[in-house]
Amino acid sequence: MKSTAHAFVENAREAVADRRLHKALSNMKAGFQNKRAATVAKLPEFEALRDQGRDIKNHVLANLDLYLERFERRVTQAGGQVHWARTAAEAREIVEGICRDAGAKTVTKGKSMVAEEIALNDHLEANGFTPIETDLGEYIIQLRGELPSHIIAPAIHLNKEDVEETFRKEHTHLPADRRFDDVPDFTNEARMVLRQKFQTADVGITGANYLIAETGSTVIVTNEGNGDLTQILPKTHIVVASIEKVVPTLEDATAILRLLARSATGQEFSAYTTFSTGPRRPGDLDGPEAFHVVLLDNGRSALLGTPAQEVLRCIRCGACMNHCPVYAAVGGHAYGWVVPGPIGAALDPGLIGVEEAHHLPNASTFCGRCESVCPMRIPLPKIMHHWRTQAFEKKLSSPSFRLGLKTWAWVAKRPGLYAVGSRLAIGLLAALGGRRGRFATLPLARGWTDHRDMPAPEGKTFRQAWADRRKHEAA
Amino acid sequence: MTAAPAADRPSVGLFVTCLVDLYRPTVGFAAVELLEQAGCAVAVPATQTCCGQPAYNAGDVPDTKDIARRVIDTFSAFDYVVAPSGSCAGMIKAHYPRLFEDEPEWQHEALMLAERTHELVSFLVDVRGLADLPGRPAYAGTVTYHDSCSGLRELGVKAQPRALLSQVEGLTLTELPGAEICCGFGGTFCVKYPDVSNKMVEEKTADIADTGADTLLAGDLGCLLNMAGKLKRQGRATRVRHVAEVLAGMTDRPAIGEPRR
Repeated sequence: MKSTAHAFVENAREAVADRRLHKALSNMKAGFQNKRAATVAKLPEFEALRDQGRDIKNHVLANLDLYLERFERRVTQAGGQVHWARTAAEAREIVEGICRDAGAKTVTKGKSMVAEEIALNDHLEANGFTPIETDLGEYIIQLRGELPSHIIAPAIHLNKEDVEETFRKEHTHLPADRRFDDVPDFTNEARMVLRQKFQTADVGITGANYLIAETGSTVIVTNEGNGDLTQILPKTHIVVASIEKVVPTLEDATAILRLLARSATGQEFSAYTTFSTGPRRPGDLDGPEAFHVVLLDNGRSALLGTPAQEVLRCIRCGACMNHCPVYAAVGGHAYGWVVPGPIGAALDPGLIGVEEAHHLPNASTFCGRCESVCPMRIPLPKIMHHWRTQAFEKKLSSPSFRLGLKTWAWVAKRPGLYAVGSRLAIGLLAALGGRRGRFATLPLARGWTDHRDMPAPEGKTFRQAWADRRKHEAA
Repeated sequence: MTAAPAADRPSVGLFVTCLVDLYRPTVGFAAVELLEQAGCAVAVPATQTCCGQPAYNAGDVPDTKDIARRVIDTFSAFDYVVAPSGSCAGMIKAHYPRLFEDEPEWQHEALMLAERTHELVSFLVDVRGLADLPGRPAYAGTVTYHDSCSGLRELGVKAQPRALLSQVEGLTLTELPGAEICCGFGGTFCVKYPDVSNKMVEEKTADIADTGADTLLAGDLGCLLNMAGKLKRQGRATRVRHVAEVLAGMTDRPAIGEPRR
């Protein structure tokens, strides 16, 4: 996927002014935050489960090669095939090759952020295949030619009216009097179109929430059942997954599953949790004839052993962005790359480079709400800070900001100078703004005063006033 | 409580914070008053400047370390270091030790300081066991309280200010919906990403207005300047003060951003 993360400032400026976007995002509190809080409150061992989840993934990351190779052996034993992709381009070519060998025309797709990461749809289309997204949200944004704006709710940036508009434009069979009043109206309309696609698809592509090393199984979690139809009906099933998705055992997968839906949607469990192990066996009632797993690295292994390693514990629940005030202000598209929100700010610089993505970890107040809800206890602000130090070393922030910061730091290290300088500056500022108590504009502080008044200082610095009082008391 | 001779009283170095020093000395005096009421011997080291957060948050590790070493040297002699800010206390407690991960001797010093450093209100309640306010402060009005992020999540400051506010005569506390959501200040964040920051503080001031409270309190001056600035720009009458001013009964000075009387 092509990144616009470098243009975060401009993206964000447009996003904060977008009323339709904010109307759409206004449901997040009731839809995600309150539901998560209610479900978590009902599970006394939730905090212990978070520890367990963290420990499982830490163990995996310390032994990643071992578990990936074990996973590959088990997939092979079950009759499937594992393909290793170092880069997005390699992954695209592998998937294209499998589709070509299968003689495919239509390819159905379950929701997959890795497929978004490698821009798979564009590549398949360019090579003569027809990819059809089957998750309702993904289907809608595919019709609109957009990218997902959230990792579990790809169309969260849209209102009902937007979706109705899209359906009326793209589904030309719709009678004019067909009504779209509620979510089921949209679901039914998409279902009518997709049912036919499911039946005629030659290849089904899904992502994976987990890869289980001891069994060679892949796991998907959905609420619409579309993933199951995607992977069971076509003759070929391709799983695209990134390498850090592996867990050692079924037991580990179920422990993390208990965290996933609660953190994501506030459900205790998603409607469908599906384990796939190899192709159809003799006697099986259904299942694909061929089963492929494409394992994508794309920069992840380079994060191992760095201060950003812990970001690879992510289970893509979206809780961090559901609770992030910056995400709430700008939505997902402003981040400019496939993974938005706090997890994107911690992950994206590692995958697309800190030069491209340096704004994302900087555009945070370090409020820490993301870390407080992360089921895997990823220290998101700490990882963002790591990227900030890299960005600072590479001099990626504006020269004027750096000069201002360096000047301030130089003075802050010289207490005598700092005391005199601050006394004079504050005295002046207080004299100018004192009567009114605030400033509507201030030179050099436009970033502040464009949007809010600047309260005036009281007059003396505290240390000056304190020294005066002590002198007075002594006298 | 203040009757104890100086030798029996714990020594507290007041880390006044750069924003309080520059903008609102009243908060510094309120902190001194409350600490003395809690039986502490308070000193204000004259060579203090800033905790280094602007440099730290910008990713400038070398300058942050230089500043942190100065803070450690300046405050090493006190029994406790107290700041009227969860953000600056959090910087010392949570971030200084990590800053010196590659310098064990300094990390040891940083850990020693971190252990003795506290945010003002949580220090009064948790360390000094203050249950009521010896100064018998009064405040006529309905207040709402914003939980500043660092104090809340790094230091667990949540119940302590509410416990002490309940002791203020005439004061009614109306809880702020979304009190734990960031106000959009974030230090240099608010001027580096002004559009995003503005959207965040707009949400916050709308929530504040919805409470109908006549006064907004919080424990961090950065957040207070941000919210007061926005409330004033929107022409709202809400008065904004640091919680220490109310707890110390020092509300005779104009509120933040109010005209001089």
